[in-house]
Amino acid sequence: MELTDLYQQFRNPDTIRALSESINKLASDIESNINIMEVCGGHTHTIMKYGLNQLLPNNIKFIHGPGCPVCIMPKERIDHAATLAQLPDVILLTLGDMIRVPGSKGNLAKFRAKGADIRPLYDPMDALTIAKDNPDKKVIFFAIGFETSTPMTAVLIDQAEKQQINNLLFHINHVLVPPAIDAVMADTNSKVNAFIGPAHVSVISGAKIYRPAVEKYQTPVVVSGFEPVDVMESILRIVQQKHADIAELDIQYSRAVTEEGNLTAQALIDQYLTIRDTFRWRGLGPIPNSALKLKDKFAHRDAEIIYMTNLPTAEIDDHKACQCGDILRGLSSPPDCKVFGRGCSPETPLGSCMVSSEGACNAYYRYAGVNHVHP
Amino acid sequence: MSIHKFKQVQLSHGGGGKEMNSLINEMFFKAFSNPILSSQEDAAHIQLSGATAFTTDSFTVEPLFFAGGNIGKLAIAGTVNDLAMMGAIPEYLSCSFIIEEGFAIKDLQTIVTSMADEMQFSGAHIVCGDTKVVPKGCADGIFINTSGVGKIIKQNISVKNLQTDDVIIVSRDIGRHGAAILMARDSLSLNSELTSDCATLWPIVEQLIAANIEIHAMRDATRGGLSAVLNEWASASDVGINVDEKAVPVSSEVQGLCELYGFEPFDLANEGTFIIALPRAAADKALEIMTQYCHCDQAAIIGYVTEEHNGKVILNTPWGSSRYLDIPQGELLPRIC
Repeated sequence: MELTDLYQQFRNPDTIRALSESINKLASDIESNINIMEVCGGHTHTIMKYGLNQLLPNNIKFIHGPGCPVCIMPKERIDHAATLAQLPDVILLTLGDMIRVPGSKGNLAKFRAKGADIRPLYDPMDALTIAKDNPDKKVIFFAIGFETSTPMTAVLIDQAEKQQINNLLFHINHVLVPPAIDAVMADTNSKVNAFIGPAHVSVISGAKIYRPAVEKYQTPVVVSGFEPVDVMESILRIVQQKHADIAELDIQYSRAVTEEGNLTAQALIDQYLTIRDTFRWRGLGPIPNSALKLKDKFAHRDAEIIYMTNLPTAEIDDHKACQCGDILRGLSSPPDCKVFGRGCSPETPLGSCMVSSEGACNAYYRYAGVNHVHP
Repeated sequence: MSIHKFKQVQLSHGGGGKEMNSLINEMFFKAFSNPILSSQEDAAHIQLSGATAFTTDSFTVEPLFFAGGNIGKLAIAGTVNDLAMMGAIPEYLSCSFIIEEGFAIKDLQTIVTSMADEMQFSGAHIVCGDTKVVPKGCADGIFINTSGVGKIIKQNISVKNLQTDDVIIVSRDIGRHGAAILMARDSLSLNSELTSDCATLWPIVEQLIAANIEIHAMRDATRGGLSAVLNEWASASDVGINVDEKAVPVSSEVQGLCELYGFEPFDLANEGTFIIALPRAAADKALEIMTQYCHCDQAAIIGYVTEEHNGKVILNTPWGSSRYLDIPQGELLPRIC
């Protein structure tokens, strides 16, 4: 079997068209708007990349949520990374787009060009090799991401402990989805009345983490895969719930997600990481119990503790013109922002929603253009 | 002392003395032998007349060796292809090496041999060159610069020459080189038979010209891939380009790698794949010629030029939606989530 066989059926044009017809037919019976928040930036990307929004009725609106690990990183945390990378004999490792996110004095790519040893990883496990190959340096993994990428960090800590790789340190920025959903819904202006639940997050954590939100806010949550058929089927299931006036937790992505999730991964995370009292999210502000940190027992690997005196403590707000905050809270759509595509573009991003390939602004700009006119 | 007595390149191999002479005579001149080069004058004495294409390119690739080629093959194919894409017969090339001290002689020999082999596909000659050896740490193994000149035998092929109702043809499946380079990186321990498309395109271009096919624009889709070429054309010619997603040939291996890392095959580099814009009436004959040639059996019409949405490239999905196919930006980095 070839790899393409695994996803080809999830991009079947006939299936997508049939789902579109079913959604349109059922939604026409519903007078009010169905405001669906896709929490995860991956789903925003799917909707825009495959033009799924063009196949849906007008009363289905998408609200793009805070589920992009790059977008929600406040500037002071990027400044931490830049500060660490400029220390003598430090190699800073991180993932993907994080290297392009602006801190208060520029992004990590800029500091790399000025001589800091900053390396984006293709495979996080490379951190072990880099640390072994550079015993005279401190190798710091700037760990980012939601529940999805946390197990990989836990594995790295585990291996560093077991192999006694003492020069591998961690700056932990792992965040959690449920507190973000609470923060969105706590806003009295929130229009969200349904959720597409994150896929990869749920593989690890299990769909159970959304049950409190379903009950508390009476909103359907459908955990969805990332392929076009997945998302269209999830939208149909949301519309079916709205049509029946019910709110339930539903797992469309059942080929990978269970109610309980990956218990082995959860246990490994619990072994090394614990809940942080509070974490300041970009656009959402401080949210209690919304992020993780290293347990005290592993303080010898915690770059935040070891380099505490070097790291800046001031909180840094976004550019005044930037509306990333409202976009992450679901109060604005990317084209609503006055600087979208003008002062803020992927070449010169003001805000991280435009930087990240998973960011809502980047997806709109890349696939639908400045004026958000469907081609 | 003979170059083959050494296992690694020494600083003295760039010093202008006996060691450098042995490197040049025993390796470069031997591989690239031709009367103009062998004359060893300060500059090559060549004859040029009429419209001439002149191009240069520097090659820095990590890793130096990958499935389907190496930096040397790339340096020749890349420059020859730039000439071919202008409808020019590749004739004369220059070649400059910047080599890091300690570089393995046998690897250098492999690179030079593959350069000599690749030149046979176009009939071009290396007629001048330069060698520098820099201290360890000042270069990443080896850098190669090649420049080339060629006689233009097909006029008016231009990035500004796309015309309404032209069709767009791609010569083969896209994204192979970018994917092969990704696969060859140390950190990606993937098993695959994927090879780069790295190849000299002159033989097929020569056939298209010989058949008097009208060509409005032609370009090899190197860095930035298909997306970059089509966006440059749409912008330079101030036209719109519509692409039919399902018509674009992509190998299973390339698509699989893209799925894994969150890339799109449209954005990945190619080194032996080219795009042509030509009148619809000429398309069948062009395809008939292309599909007879090695590597072009998947040649296909993937889209057409329109007067709408000037300067933009629209990708039409198989299920009836459409979106911009934008030019890729920044470093190609895998998705996080």
